[in-house]
Amino acid sequence: MPETRRLLPALHTRSEPVSRERLTERGFDRAMERMLSMQPEDIIAEVKASGIKGRGGAAFPTGIKWAGVHAAAGGTRYVVMNADESELGTFKDRVLLEQDPLGALVGVLIAAHAVRARKAYCYIRGEYREVEQRLAAALTILAECGWVGPDAVDVEIRRGAGAYIAGEETALLNSIEGKRAEPRVKPPFPTNHGLWGAPTLIQNVETMANVAVLFAHDVQWFKECGTPETPGTKLIGLSGYVRHPGVYEVPFGYPMTNIIHDEDLGGGLSGSERLRAILLGGAAGTFMAPEEVEASLLDYGSLSRYGASIGSGALMVFDDTVDLTWVLKKLARFFADESCGQCVPCRIGTRRILELLDQEGLKTRAEDLRELALAMRDASICGLGQTAPVALLSILDRPERQGA
Amino acid sequence: MADEVTLTIDGMSVAVPRGSTVRAACEAALVSIPTLCWHSNLEPANACRACVVEVKGSRALVASCSRVAEEGMDVQTASDRVRNSRKVVAELLLSTSDADLAPDLLHLAEISGADKNRFAGGATWQQPVKDDNSLYIRDLSKCILCYRCVEACGEDAQNTFAISVAGRGFNAHIDAGFGRELPESDCVFCGNCVAVCPTGALIGKTEWTLRQNGQWDEDRISQTETICSYCGVGCELNLHVLENRIVKVNSPMDHPVTHGMLCVKGRYGYEFAQAGE
Ligand SMILES: Cc1cc2nc3c(=O)[nH]c(=O)nc-3n(C[C@H](O)[C@H](O)[C@H](O)COP(=O)(O)O)c2cc1C
Ligand code: SF4
Ligand code: SF4
Ligand code: SF4
Ligand code: FES
Repeated sequence: MPETRRLLPALHTRSEPVSRERLTERGFDRAMERMLSMQPEDIIAEVKASGIKGRGGAAFPTGIKWAGVHAAAGGTRYVVMNADESELGTFKDRVLLEQDPLGALVGVLIAAHAVRARKAYCYIRGEYREVEQRLAAALTILAECGWVGPDAVDVEIRRGAGAYIAGEETALLNSIEGKRAEPRVKPPFPTNHGLWGAPTLIQNVETMANVAVLFAHDVQWFKECGTPETPGTKLIGLSGYVRHPGVYEVPFGYPMTNIIHDEDLGGGLSGSERLRAILLGGAAGTFMAPEEVEASLLDYGSLSRYGASIGSGALMVFDDTVDLTWVLKKLARFFADESCGQCVPCRIGTRRILELLDQEGLKTRAEDLRELALAMRDASICGLGQTAPVALLSILDRPERQGA
Repeated sequence: MADEVTLTIDGMSVAVPRGSTVRAACEAALVSIPTLCWHSNLEPANACRACVVEVKGSRALVASCSRVAEEGMDVQTASDRVRNSRKVVAELLLSTSDADLAPDLLHLAEISGADKNRFAGGATWQQPVKDDNSLYIRDLSKCILCYRCVEACGEDAQNTFAISVAGRGFNAHIDAGFGRELPESDCVFCGNCVAVCPTGALIGKTEWTLRQNGQWDEDRISQTETICSYCGVGCELNLHVLENRIVKVNSPMDHPVTHGMLCVKGRYGYEFAQAGE
């Protein structure tokens, strides 16, 4: 299958990424005008009807989140675009912002109008300096159009605090407020009680870009791609033992195997050319065995049969020379380094998992590891601690998959 | 009633005032919930996770010390997931920290059937005792990072903000700013952090010295209540006396004036007045 290009601009796009011509060529000026003529309720209804789900990991229905912020009490509201992108194997927001920064920003403006926010933040990963400059330039274009600024929606770029945890939505809010990037307890959710206590809408870059292309077209067009449950496309960050690693835009419902093998996508396995497993969803993701990959489509329902989820769209491919225990140790090191240290299960648990794996505990201490992993999943405050043991559990559940 | 909510705890229906926490609702239903970081006079820090319960419809377990009870909530306090989490929390803390003076942690370990050796043998919090002032000792090998001292020093009582958590992950620790010693920090030595510390990681110097010498004997310590005479606020003091010597001063946590919090004069002035005699 040739790659679908909706969020990523078509290959024959002629205009510069940051230019007024790009706004026209991609239909974003049309999207802005159409949106500005609509009532917030109607904008939200359209987002709901499109079936867009969050692309940052949790796949929460976007329209429902917007309705929540819209209905929340309080005069001041904020919109935040989450461009902190620090999940392992995830580099799609960067590519998206490099290739088409105006799209995501138009999504931010549509969101701001829908929830009546006058102020928006773009929280961008600290290492993405060039992307940040591109975003700033794109904001200048939107300001020239009269859509960004003190009389419209004020958009401020904030540079990330340099930690994986800062991408978690409530830690991100603390970081914008100038505090330590530690997650807050939910509830209250940011939709009601976000930045400085005001209702706040937080969306991933790719989610915002979806909103922009939706308004550049319409619901019917949007749903022509993907599945009835999950319309649209997903950016996949393909890495590891594939011929053509990179970011690909794939319609929901597409066979997982084809993402790896299609000539226009992964181009097939490299290395030994024999698949041992994929890790789907990054460090917080799940290992899937070859036959599970074979039997799955890129959709939440299909993948959940194997306890897997798409997460941020990171897809790492391992050939059969890779020892998955070694991968698990790398993941354990990552989480031990990135835990914020606020709650006991994650603060100490991530360290103990690392130690136990280093002592080859996967074989000798499997039951202790499992109980530790379950306590972390169940009792940690935030998604980091809750998902840190997921990959480990996916291996513990499939002992025959550990490999070499 | 409009200002009450009714929820189910382990199958029992209980009504509590709106705004109550799930923990308080459990208490009302006579179901005891273990807690470590929660303290009646401080904002919940949500850090220890000893108090988690299972709420129907919620994927992760819920910290009962901070979660507000809702109408119709269905709470399980002893499910397999709850019991496993409590046990692992106790085991993890016992694997890092010295629990000798931490009755709540020892209690949690006992009721959860924790095996203190299960996750032991790795990195610990073992570190030298910090003896950098004449009023209290910081023996952070005992610390469980419950945040109580931070809360007491900050918004919840003292408003001094002398200490906070620094570092990440396993290296997160209580710090008086840039690793300074206390006398160089913003600390005013009110000892309110000492009063709320559940582990003896913060401990009055007199008590610590007596314990070191094997002379601290709870059975021989008598307690006398009095009103502090240093100023006119009317703080109630609880003088702990061992062999005619004041060895510790605190204030009842439920006292309407102090809520357990004192200033440096009330908490340490009496010990010092007599030391000079
Ligand atoms: C540890 C952790 C890190 C996260 N990092 C990111 C991130 O870098 N970018 C992102 O969009 N979402 C991240 N998330 C998810 C956010 O908390 C939040 O769900 C998301 O930004 C919501 O946007 P969406 O609904 O558009 O996906 C992270 C979550 C966790 C638990
Ligand atoms: S789960 Fe980990 S990252 Fe999240 S709050 Fe707890 S310690 Fe911090
Ligand atoms: S003694 Fe008082 S001021 Fe000093 S750290 Fe403790 S609470 Fe803060
Ligand atoms: S010093 Fe005491 S009060 Fe402070 S975090 Fe450690 S155990 Fe808690
Ligand atoms: S007592 Fe509730 S989290 Fe510590």
